[in-house]
Amino acid sequence: MKNKFAIFKNGITTENPIFCLMLGMCSSLAITTTLTNAIGMGVAVTCVLLMSNTIISLLRKIIPDEIRIPVYIVIIATLVKCVQLIMNAFTPALYESLGVFIPLIVVNCIILGRAEAFASKNGVVDSIFDALGMGCGYTLALLIISFCRQLIGSGMIELVNPFDSTQIIFSFDVLSQYAISLFSQPAGAFLTLGTIIGVIHTIGNVRKKRAEQKKAEVK
Amino acid sequence: MELFALFISLLLINNVVLSKFLAVCPLLGVSKNSKNALSMGIAVTFVIFVAAVITWLLYYYVLVPLNIAYMDLITFILVIASLVQFVEMFLKKTSPAIYKAMGVYLPLITTNCAVLGVALDNITAGYNFVEAMVAGLAVPLGFTLVIYIFATIRERLELATTPEGFKGVPIALITAAIMACAINGLTGLV
Repeated sequence: MKNKFAIFKNGITTENPIFCLMLGMCSSLAITTTLTNAIGMGVAVTCVLLMSNTIISLLRKIIPDEIRIPVYIVIIATLVKCVQLIMNAFTPALYESLGVFIPLIVVNCIILGRAEAFASKNGVVDSIFDALGMGCGYTLALLIISFCRQLIGSGMIELVNPFDSTQIIFSFDVLSQYAISLFSQPAGAFLTLGTIIGVIHTIGNVRKKRAEQKKAEVK
Repeated sequence: MELFALFISLLLINNVVLSKFLAVCPLLGVSKNSKNALSMGIAVTFVIFVAAVITWLLYYYVLVPLNIAYMDLITFILVIASLVQFVEMFLKKTSPAIYKAMGVYLPLITTNCAVLGVALDNITAGYNFVEAMVAGLAVPLGFTLVIYIFATIRERLELATTPEGFKGVPIALITAAIMACAINGLTGLV
């Protein structure tokens, strides 16, 4: 059980798809204007990842090695189309605001990357935990980015019910007079993500240095 | 004239990388050297143009008459994957020198989201055949322009003193933010 938990945790921290592996950057920059979008996209990607990892790890002994990539892509494209049709039916407002980025989950590197690097080599249960960890890590990263962008860009923190766009779950007006609208524009997305990754690297460096110092002291 | 306006708008104002966020992965991955960036741009231009033409024809002459328009995603991704494979084999046979120079970047084009993005956008925007061709040319040229400028900036950034934690990708993203501001200034040109 501890091993399974380690796989799950790996996806959130040390191998976080956006902050550490730098996979799936396109969608993380484009749709992180509001918290609602971030949650919708995160859940959609997690669902596709969960199903694709399960199916591919079940079929890993049947799929011939030479044509595995086209087979993976067809499986993923089918799953994405299902998710797209479901979202169009049940969450029309979210579907509208995520736009082309729902079908583009097909070419999101996280999904093909995990199929190739993990699901094609490991059992079903491990693959499910890996998909859950990666999906949560991705969603968490999207939430952090969209929180910063929404807070600075519009001065409001707001979450709308994805099934009914007129119903607002919560909305705090923090600093709407001092909003910097640049952050809800494309430039703000690059700036926010760049700064967050930079800060994470800096913290990592400081930690590494401290660990080395401690080791030196013990010696 | 309208076609020219569409071309300029897709090339600069609605630039595929800096305002639509497609193809950010190759932008960060293949921009350390301006020569490689240019080869990548040319390969992507070819693939996107051919893919835009084929997917448009397939959608309106095969999928719509057969009432299976919901199969678009699966059809398009298969077309793109086989097209990339075909380009790879063609280059290997005819000009091994270019094939060798492009090497790793060719298979990467399949997962370049701009290719699928253009194919899907042509359908959702309701472009006719000529407009789809113009879009298939303007979008990848915009990508080439941005990736080339970005690579030349990054070559100089190597020499600059950046804080330890911001070296590599973070500073590249911040550079992209400044470029996006510049592109933003062109709004209203057309």
